[in-house]
Amino acid sequence: MPSIDLSKTSLRDLNLALHRLAKDTNETLWTISNPGGEHSIAAGVDAPVTINIDGNVGYYCGGMNKEAKIIIDGSAGQGVGENMMSGLIHVKGDASQSAGATGRGGLLIVDGNASARCGISMKGIDIVVKGDIGHLSAFMGQNGRLVVFGEAGEALGDSIYESRIYVRGPVASLGADCVEKDMSDEHRAELIELLKTSGEAHKVDVAEFRRYGSARKLYNFNIDNAGAY
Amino acid sequence: MCGIAGLFIKDKALEPQLGDYLAKMTSTLCSRGPDSAGFAIYGAGQDGKTKITIAGPTEGYDIAGAAQKLVDAIDPTADVTRRHSHAVITLASAEVPKATAWLATHLPDVTVMSEGQRLEIYKEVGYPDDVAKEFRIAKMSGTHGISHTRMATESAVTTNGAHPFSTGSDQCLVHNGSLSNHASLRRELRRDGIKIRTENDSEVAAGYLTRQMQNGQSLGEALNASLNDLDGFFTFVVGTETGFGVLRDPIACKPAVMAETDQYVAFASEYKSLTCLPGIKTARVWEPKPATVYFWEHT
Repeated sequence: MPSIDLSKTSLRDLNLALHRLAKDTNETLWTISNPGGEHSIAAGVDAPVTINIDGNVGYYCGGMNKEAKIIIDGSAGQGVGENMMSGLIHVKGDASQSAGATGRGGLLIVDGNASARCGISMKGIDIVVKGDIGHLSAFMGQNGRLVVFGEAGEALGDSIYESRIYVRGPVASLGADCVEKDMSDEHRAELIELLKTSGEAHKVDVAEFRRYGSARKLYNFNIDNAGAY
Repeated sequence: MCGIAGLFIKDKALEPQLGDYLAKMTSTLCSRGPDSAGFAIYGAGQDGKTKITIAGPTEGYDIAGAAQKLVDAIDPTADVTRRHSHAVITLASAEVPKATAWLATHLPDVTVMSEGQRLEIYKEVGYPDDVAKEFRIAKMSGTHGISHTRMATESAVTTNGAHPFSTGSDQCLVHNGSLSNHASLRRELRRDGIKIRTENDSEVAAGYLTRQMQNGQSLGEALNASLNDLDGFFTFVVGTETGFGVLRDPIACKPAVMAETDQYVAFASEYKSLTCLPGIKTARVWEPKPATVYFWEHT
């Protein structure tokens, strides 16, 4: 049960130790204290371990994460879980801009609010935000699901491909080619499943969510617009 | 890149430590802007007196000698305090126009960094920690202060290209970002009589706010107006004699985080720069919203 105090151990040494973990390591529970807003804490972990971080982190915490369960008992700076592949990142506070950006898999949970560009270019990650999200979230989202309990800022889902967005509160505006879509049983079931894996089953009413996604009108060049170039 | 730190003190007991906290906050932002740094400190002021902060063309220039010449010529009762490459001349407010005119004529190499009842600006090329040390920032007290670490993009790495910029009495601005319409706006502002010294885009933003306030707008109104008139991306932190304001452009691509307790309001480009502040663990910490003016004022 390694316990690392980042006011005493260097960030580089911590990340090196985490990167060296074998898949079958017995050191499966890590505690990191005094993170002090440092950048890239526990980025690039590739092992099924649990990492508890006691405090606020800087940029790119848990970036590229594979398999690890990272719990941040505080807020996270830009790009938490950026390009994560699998595993879980749970931010107990707020997340700054570009949370879960380009994520390919796994689950990112934010208990507080996420800022602008949450899930930008998401490619398969699931993101559950219990508060609000900022502008331009899920921009060019290609795959994966974004669930928001609160409100969404301007230009939600701009130029979106196939990510699915579920928002419970009001949406300030939809971005280009993003439209509201029907909630069918399939989508309700999907949402219930996501809430269950996020530990939120039966805490919020699925019927209160609305679904947004791509109108698929930007997929192909429209020849009628040729004159504009 | 570039880094910004700002601290607005609410609890007077903390005022003697303003410089110390600001220097510590700035220190964590060195990597965001390693080429130059600057500090704006709102310290004590005296009624009827104005502080003029001046700097020479090089760090080795005899700035104390220059300040003494100015004092001898304009106001023999004035005080001179030298800090590294800068000198602060505290003189009768009525003599300020005469003093700046005298400087322009007799010592054209000398730059007026700031002028005001309480504001002093210190800025220099170099690693921010070194700059802070040379100016003894950590020993300074005050009610509010703003600092900047610069990674230059829009103009040369020079002392005058470093932030903060001041274009009006007791007013200053620091900027993280880049403005696209600064050339045309600079011409417009110069026509309106605003003194803009450099080719730096951020100085134009400072000049713009000065003009708006000269035209009767409050700082909050001027910041709101800038959302229409400035083209580009920016996070601004501005200071006036009694206040401290923050504005991000509508896209908010430059980072900003704020913290507030009963003792202070603080701004920084990165959270880690706030960790040195007392009570930060229980402070309200948030990101300022895009295109939203935040403003605090001492009453």
